[in-house]
Amino acid sequence: MAIMSFIFAFFFFSSLQPILSLYEDQVGLMDWHQQYIGKVKQAVFHTHKTGRKRVVASTEQNIIATLDLRSGEIFWRHVLGPNDVVDGIDIALGKYVITLSSGGSILRAWNLPDGQMVWESSLHGPKHSKSLLLTTNLIIEKDNSLIVFSNGRLNAVSCIDGEVLWKKDFEEESLEVQQVIQPPGSDFIYVVGFAASSQFETYKINAKNGELLKHESTAFSGRFSGEVSLVSSETVAALDSTGSILLTISFHNGKISSQQTPVSNLLEDSPGLAVIIHSSVTGIFAIKTDAATIFIRVIGEGKLEVVEKTNHETVVSDALSISEGQQAFALVQHAGSNIHLTVKPAHDWDSNLLKESIKMDQQRGFVHKVFINNYIRTDRSHGFRALIVMEDHSLLLLQQGAIVWSREDGLASIIDVTTSELPVEKAGVSVAKVELNLFEWLKGHVLKLKGTLMLATPEDIAAIQYMRLKSSEKSKMTRDHNGFRKLLIALTRAGKLFALHTGDGRIVWSHLLQSLHKSESCRQPIGLNLHQWQVPHHHALDENPSVLVVGRCGPSSDALGVLSLVDSYTGKEFSSLRLVHSVAQVIPLPYTDSTEQRLHLLIDADKHAHLYPKTPEAIDIFQSEFSNVYWYSVDDDNGIIKGYALKTKCSGNVADEFCFDSRELWSIVLPSESEKIITTATRKLNEAVHTQAKLIADQDVMYKYISSNLLFVATVAPKASGEIGSVTPEESWLVVYLIDTVTGRVLHRMTHHGSQGPVQAVLSENWVVYHYFNLRAHRYEMSVIEIYDQSRADNKDVWKLVVGNHNLTSPVSSYSRAEVITKSQSYFFTHSLKAIAVTLTVKGITSKQLLIGTIGDQVLALDKRFLDPRRSVNPTQAEREEGIIPLTDSLPIIPQSYITHSLRVEGLQSIITVAAKLESTTLVFAHGLDLFFTHYAPSRTYDSLTEDFSYALLLITIVALVAAIFVTWILSQRKELQDRWR
Amino acid sequence: MKWVKVIVSFILTLSFLSFPSCAFQSDELLVDDEEFGLEGAPQHRSPEPIPTRSPPVTSPTRKRHSDLDSDSKIQFSLDHAFGDSDFSPAGTFSARLKTWSHGGQFCQTLTKLRFSRNSFSDVEKEKFKNLLESDDFYRIRLPSNVLSPPGRDFIISSVKARCLPRESLDEHFVIHMEGVNVLAVNYGSPGSCPYPRNLKLPAKWSFSSHTVLKNSEQAPRAPVFTEEILGGENAEGEVVQPAERSFWAKYWMYLIPLGLIVMNAITQAMNMPEEQATGQVPAQGQPSAGAVQRGPSSAVRRR
Repeated sequence: MAIMSFIFAFFFFSSLQPILSLYEDQVGLMDWHQQYIGKVKQAVFHTHKTGRKRVVASTEQNIIATLDLRSGEIFWRHVLGPNDVVDGIDIALGKYVITLSSGGSILRAWNLPDGQMVWESSLHGPKHSKSLLLTTNLIIEKDNSLIVFSNGRLNAVSCIDGEVLWKKDFEEESLEVQQVIQPPGSDFIYVVGFAASSQFETYKINAKNGELLKHESTAFSGRFSGEVSLVSSETVAALDSTGSILLTISFHNGKISSQQTPVSNLLEDSPGLAVIIHSSVTGIFAIKTDAATIFIRVIGEGKLEVVEKTNHETVVSDALSISEGQQAFALVQHAGSNIHLTVKPAHDWDSNLLKESIKMDQQRGFVHKVFINNYIRTDRSHGFRALIVMEDHSLLLLQQGAIVWSREDGLASIIDVTTSELPVEKAGVSVAKVELNLFEWLKGHVLKLKGTLMLATPEDIAAIQYMRLKSSEKSKMTRDHNGFRKLLIALTRAGKLFALHTGDGRIVWSHLLQSLHKSESCRQPIGLNLHQWQVPHHHALDENPSVLVVGRCGPSSDALGVLSLVDSYTGKEFSSLRLVHSVAQVIPLPYTDSTEQRLHLLIDADKHAHLYPKTPEAIDIFQSEFSNVYWYSVDDDNGIIKGYALKTKCSGNVADEFCFDSRELWSIVLPSESEKIITTATRKLNEAVHTQAKLIADQDVMYKYISSNLLFVATVAPKASGEIGSVTPEESWLVVYLIDTVTGRVLHRMTHHGSQGPVQAVLSENWVVYHYFNLRAHRYEMSVIEIYDQSRADNKDVWKLVVGNHNLTSPVSSYSRAEVITKSQSYFFTHSLKAIAVTLTVKGITSKQLLIGTIGDQVLALDKRFLDPRRSVNPTQAEREEGIIPLTDSLPIIPQSYITHSLRVEGLQSIITVAAKLESTTLVFAHGLDLFFTHYAPSRTYDSLTEDFSYALLLITIVALVAAIFVTWILSQRKELQDRWR
Repeated sequence: MKWVKVIVSFILTLSFLSFPSCAFQSDELLVDDEEFGLEGAPQHRSPEPIPTRSPPVTSPTRKRHSDLDSDSKIQFSLDHAFGDSDFSPAGTFSARLKTWSHGGQFCQTLTKLRFSRNSFSDVEKEKFKNLLESDDFYRIRLPSNVLSPPGRDFIISSVKARCLPRESLDEHFVIHMEGVNVLAVNYGSPGSCPYPRNLKLPAKWSFSSHTVLKNSEQAPRAPVFTEEILGGENAEGEVVQPAERSFWAKYWMYLIPLGLIVMNAITQAMNMPEEQATGQVPAQGQPSAGAVQRGPSSAVRRR
């Protein structure tokens, strides 16, 4: 017994440190990290000084970043957070990046070389308005100043320290300021806008002190619509609200004069509703109609002339002044698989400063934005480079007719991720490209051996490290024994599908989905999710696996759905479908047809179920399981959870044998005055549970309640659904439910008084862990609920098992009365969470760890044993042997257990775990703005040798041993002989 | 063993907290309840459960002070449907509605729930038989608010009809309540209903119903250790003297090797006299020992 206890204690203490910390030289072996910035909204070049040339960009993900103009690498970036939308950026004094954000109320200056914040001012004003940022070279009181219009107030701000030098309010209620203009070389500012949508107003303001010099206004018969385009420093062009009359308004010296030209005068055919495109090219503006983009030149006093009519895929850049009084701008047009970049001087439309044609990958879609920059060529002529933003959110730098670099920034907004296996290595498949020859293999092992025996020189060590990082083994395009190599298939918000190799994170293929492409019938396509459509194994190995992409045309849930099927080896979209119904839910069914296509049930907004694929075989398979299909819907707004089953074929006017009516089986109505659903969680469909029984300390057994139909729902008081601290503890509570989704039974309900969301939850096996804020304790808490099945609890008797008098093999039915007991416990936790996940292994034998996405954008691994409801202050000896950790009030955060080690996954959104074939290992993919992938072994890699295991050493040892055996054998024989002779 | 006491009292307190009631809110009760006065446990410091939440009533453990209480009888009906048919009345729940105000807020809870089931009419029997034959759903519904039925919506629950028949028709309701709101009802047979559901007609066409009213449980609080550490006495009590282990349990790892050495020594000592007894000179003894050792190696050679 003592030995037993010693062994147990040994195992217990050795397993007390389950943390898998990395050594410094192991970083990058199994993990990779990619940084992105998102879709660029505005870009400013910084190329004046010698040294590193860079471009500053602000993006739709509210990031400020500077990129190396030579390589596209990120020098620095700042994530401003979801509520801090960047309104404008600029460079001031040649060394500060100025950003205006949060609806024009925060102005910040960042040091250009290193990205440190220099100053920050908050600008408030009387009302909400458009925000405009204007950098000038005006010098007020020896300071260079910025002019900012925001919240109905014009501010002059010092560039040096962000101090507001003067301010002027524009409080008139109906005034909508459109432009703030500083004519070059002057010391006054025009503020131009509309009052009551029909009055044109100009204010001339002294730039030195904010004094109002002149105010003019003119009324127009019509109403203005939206934007104005600046034609010159004293002329603007605008459209009336019908979109059919063009107005050119000049306000020279404060005198307003205007010209009205019907759009139809300029164009022969009726163009329909026109919109003005924002641009800043002198003398030219552009309007966009349904059919075309039209460039119009203003000649003299309001005379207009159409200079070019182009198709829709034309993008124009802002004007760039290249020399004194000369401006240039860039036009990008599509022609087949090429794009044409044209740089024209502003004064002369017909001449070109530059005309280049660049071959462009079709999978990048159309050009959305272009920013240009000029440089002096070696022959002293003007050269131009252009930064273009494509439809798939990628960013490319064009120079000298070539793509200098490209960044796949679409990966900063991943919607959904799934995985796909790689092709099996076959004799015929040539993988020679990545294979090493024998000599190199030997060389590598000799180097490793040297490293092990500490004989290696620093160069050797560097070579070993390089070899380990660049191991061809991990980036092969074939399946491996351990299941580490897979394809991560990611759907981005731009409607592009990427396949990333798990070995090194490279993009294997990318495909801009046709079904998620804007078209006449589908104006606002959005991707929803990805499902594995076909996972061939056994009898359909010749087929390539494929994924199903589900989307819908528009943000509302009753918009029509679109489906795409994409081959996951090649990225080819082999089928794309516009549905005639909406998609509210997609249910992958556990049935596959003879070609291993998975059956999917799509539920539309009217609760009809549609079966896909639409084949007779599928319907045959489905008919046999017809009565066993149940699903549920959660209506967050009304607090109603409903369960459904299938009824009959659709009774619509169109006979569709793949459509089924549903019937409501159960409903749970939460009182709207006291509860509001904020989170739901379910088990992963592919999760494997190794054992149903749990042995507890005193040789007792408990049966886990394992049901794939378990739903966790968390509700809070409606008052407390706001931010933390907005309510008192008395007014807030958190109620958690465990619901069986087949019968709608509430298995467990529990109230946390004085607690509030946001709630992050993860459900796995028979437990759920959730995270929330405890207002009473002023701390975050994590709770665990474990649910055990009591109906099997009396199967403990060995004799019963032997005789067979037990109910362990009887099928489990949701209709049996659930006799469950739950155990729960709460612990304090220091961090707030962004995401939570649990490790997933192929057979579920390995102990589980929680993967916690912390507020610092890192991923922390926390052993599930810390969240065991059976922890007590003084566990008995038996409990200790079982591995129960003594109770503490808070969960420990062990610095070594950050699996992202020193890296951060900016803007972390979700953590995805995929089981490798090796039982001990789970693949972890965390995405947000950045991507991070690693292998993680919750209980160490107990089932394989580590990659740095030296086979050469083993071989040499064996050889040496064999040699030694022979030598000693010969020696002993000789000795024996001598002895005999004696 | 002071800590045991503390824990016991802690658990006691918790168990009381897990049956909170509106009455529990009142100061009087706190004074009445000796245990709370004596306890001085962390619970004291934290505010009491919230008055706006209406409390559970399944097991009224204590007598509530009844100056403000008022009881009234209410009834709400249970409807049923066979398969996809429309709902029709099937029975009535009657209960006592307890209302009392506390600090200006009204708490209402149901107690003493009774259920009277209408027996099946012949038509209904026929319908039910059909359900049994087609293995279809028998559905029931309850109002989501018992005071103003149906409230926002009906609470529906269904069960495969074949799960119900035993001797009679056995049914089991677990009604999850929140004040006067019905959240959900778990409806089904009181026992198990394993999957290949066999067609079985009930012997008696009457219902035997069991009803349970359930309210939300209170979640266990996160353990707070700071208090115990502050109260130094407790902290000392916390350090439990490890149970005195036997000499063997403590030193077995030393004793076993020692024993082995001793045994080894003894066998050697035993061998020595044997060798001397054979009368061999030590010089000759060595090769013979060598021969013994060579045994296995020669065996290897033969193989």
